[in-house]
Amino acid sequence: MKAYYAYFKLSLLKNLQYKTAALAGMATQLFFGMVFIMIFEAFYSLSGPQPIGFDQLVQVVWLQQAFLSFIMLWQRDSELNDMIVKGQIAYELVRPNKLFPFWYFKLLGQRLAGGLLRFFPIIAIAIFLPEPYTLKGPESWMTLVWSLVSLTLGLLVIVGISMLIYISIFYTLSPMGSFLLVGVFGEFFAGLTIPIPLMPQWLQTLCFILPFRYGGDLPFRIYAGHIKGSDIVIGLAMQVTWLLLIWLGGSWWMNKSLKRVVVQGG
Amino acid sequence: MQLYLKYLKIHFTSQMAYRTSFILLSLGQFFVPFLVFVSMFYMFQRFDTIQGWSFYEVALCYSIVHAGFAISECFARGFDSFSRLVRTGEFDRVLVRPRGTVVQVLGSKFEFTRVGRMFQALIVMVIAFSNLGDRFAYYHYLFIGLMILSSVIIFTGIYILGATMCFWTVQALEVINLFSDGGREMSQYPLSIYKKFIRVFFTYVIPFGMVNYYPLMMVLGKIDYKLVYVFMPIFGLLFILPCLLIWSFGVKRYKSTGS
Repeated sequence: MKAYYAYFKLSLLKNLQYKTAALAGMATQLFFGMVFIMIFEAFYSLSGPQPIGFDQLVQVVWLQQAFLSFIMLWQRDSELNDMIVKGQIAYELVRPNKLFPFWYFKLLGQRLAGGLLRFFPIIAIAIFLPEPYTLKGPESWMTLVWSLVSLTLGLLVIVGISMLIYISIFYTLSPMGSFLLVGVFGEFFAGLTIPIPLMPQWLQTLCFILPFRYGGDLPFRIYAGHIKGSDIVIGLAMQVTWLLLIWLGGSWWMNKSLKRVVVQGG
Repeated sequence: MQLYLKYLKIHFTSQMAYRTSFILLSLGQFFVPFLVFVSMFYMFQRFDTIQGWSFYEVALCYSIVHAGFAISECFARGFDSFSRLVRTGEFDRVLVRPRGTVVQVLGSKFEFTRVGRMFQALIVMVIAFSNLGDRFAYYHYLFIGLMILSSVIIFTGIYILGATMCFWTVQALEVINLFSDGGREMSQYPLSIYKKFIRVFFTYVIPFGMVNYYPLMMVLGKIDYKLVYVFMPIFGLLFILPCLLIWSFGVKRYKSTGS
């Protein structure tokens, strides 16, 4: 356990150095946040009540942008990629640690660093924007606590999904394709291109079953006060279920694919 | 021009060598924007219109800027990935050849998988035409072609600006994505829905508004015919001139990384 923690810390500290990249990303996310909100504002301006209020949507958009590195799936670690494709994985295999948790914590550190660098400035700016663009505080302390719990679980689920993508590279050897397809569909089913409450019912059901919304949607709608009461409990239970499934399934799948790894010298 | 075609042929043959990978990536490139379009469709299912623009009208707006983006990403990719040339010192080799830098950098990379994106834009455009077509005469289609060309040029200009910055920073700057990706996302909806500072910026500084919003208002009969709107896509084309000027300035003060 200590080794995994050390690896996690190493990855976290290493990635906390990329401050300029974070700054550029922040500007992009602020811009995108503004654009999305203005699009929603234009849609809402002439319509009756919708399943989610414009006010709540603004909260969701800002939190999605602020925690983008917790939820996006197309983020790729070139180190892991090279290990699989170019064969450095041989070094990893001689270490006396299990590979799945090892890589998992590396990716976790990476995402955490990206999130920690970006979320605070974005939120700090979004709070001071004029109405109706402003990010508001949560309704109660409990809402905040629940959304934080769910954000943490969501991050763990998303890192698990990325792990599955990396394992799939063992089979395809072409990282681009896996990341592109999972990334694109994952983004859609996480409600990043259209908010889930605005989808038709059958799509909402699909989103509810798939794991993607448990990273990019659930925590933020809890914060916005759109998911309440027993729905929070159901959501958290789904997160835990997916987390267990991915960990068990992922470890099993990884062991299986490691058996067929061929390192071609060189 | 001949040289450019030659570059084109070489890159095409080399990318075709990996056929399966090419097909899969093109498919992926099709789905990236397609799901954005699907989302747009479902938004209109809920809301009917956005500030008086119907779904098909916005779809046309969307397809013009997406077609422009896809084509520029395919053919001007060399500028988009220019930081590689500077970092590896390969740009030195470009400089000693007796040909212009622009054509050589353009020819340094093509991304043919963007055919998936182009196809997507085409489908959306056909959907839009199938509904709006009876309002159009042949010259409207020509005019829309000009708008697409103009948006290709604007995206290319943005890539050139981004590449020029590499002369100073060596690393590629993500900020430029704000204008290319951000500009694309923003201008798939009519410009009028945004606040003033965005409208002004994307009309006069980076003229995305000139390639779809203003001319489309006239084509769709939302405003009366005026000569100035006919010329707007041509103003859009002019965007490339200052970009090229800054580029040649950058080339002059280029210092090799020495690697």
